[in-house]
Amino acid sequence: MWYYEKKLQYPVKVSTCNPMLARYLVEQYGGADGELAAALRYMNQRYTIPDKVVGLLTDIATEEFSHLEMIATMIYKLTKDATPEMLKEAGLGDHYVNHDKALFYENASGVPFTATYIQAKGDPIADLYEDIAAEEKARATYQWIIDLSDDTDLNDSLKFLREREVVHSQRFREAVEILKDDRNQKKIF
Amino acid sequence: MFTQYKYWKPYISPFDPCPPIKVKVYATPPQLYMGFQPPGLPQFPTPQEALRAGTLWPQLFSPYPPPKGGMKSE
Amino acid sequence: MSKKMPPEFYTLLEEIQAIDFVIVELNLYLDTHPNDYDAIQQFNENTEKSMKLKVNFEQKFGPLMNFGRSYSDYPFNWVDTPWPWQV
Repeated sequence: MWYYEKKLQYPVKVSTCNPMLARYLVEQYGGADGELAAALRYMNQRYTIPDKVVGLLTDIATEEFSHLEMIATMIYKLTKDATPEMLKEAGLGDHYVNHDKALFYENASGVPFTATYIQAKGDPIADLYEDIAAEEKARATYQWIIDLSDDTDLNDSLKFLREREVVHSQRFREAVEILKDDRNQKKIF
Repeated sequence: MFTQYKYWKPYISPFDPCPPIKVKVYATPPQLYMGFQPPGLPQFPTPQEALRAGTLWPQLFSPYPPPKGGMKSE
Repeated sequence: MSKKMPPEFYTLLEEIQAIDFVIVELNLYLDTHPNDYDAIQQFNENTEKSMKLKVNFEQKFGPLMNFGRSYSDYPFNWVDTPWPWQV
């Protein structure tokens, strides 16, 4: 089971009222390489992956949920006090008509989240390579969002999240090495 | 040692509609080079610095945007 | 509701965030390096530090965790603002 802790993993500060940024950030909320997809992908893969890497998948999945909360915090703060007029100017008019200020699991183009984002092939190497690719794609997405944002406080939190993708990729690469290793193979037979 | 960013010069045609970006850049962060992380790597001196960096180990730290000299719009 | 949190709230919270981050990093590292004795020791030391910081924080600002991982005052103060996305 899971416990909730009433704190963010990293402080989130937003210094400019710029709802346009919320529109871009939604990519990491409900997009194909976003935090929700990552959390659900790892959480789901752990049931069929060799026991040696279940701990890692569980822990990274759990951390991804705290990243999802950070992204939600950014979107919430950027839209909380925006008028319908401001949302319209930010290209969020369609969103407002459908959802008001509610967050929605969709990508930056408004495509709703789908389970097809969550790869689960059952082959440990295929799944871990998928995970490494997912981390690199999420890293790239953070880069492109930082390029579009001139909010230094927001970018500070986004750089943290980008760095976490680097570390997760490192650990998944190590997981592949663990599964390749044949030093303990004789004991099985 | 390795470099965290690589630069390349795309082909420029006289018929390209926009002013050319002469040098392009892509990231090659540390996890591509580290292999299995060796034990005992140096750590950031304080938890606060580790938090700010987003990692406990300076050798896994990847700066963004690329350090100067490698801006996208060059 | 506007309830402005004192500066101490933010400094103590960030202290916890920093220690807990070190723990997360060591945890992921140990997931792939289960025999690194020094890292395990550092993990345990930081876990103890984190627990102490949280006892102090919770006495001042209320429970950090639900489902019996933190004690409650009267009335039940888990439900009090601010939530993490509001601070």
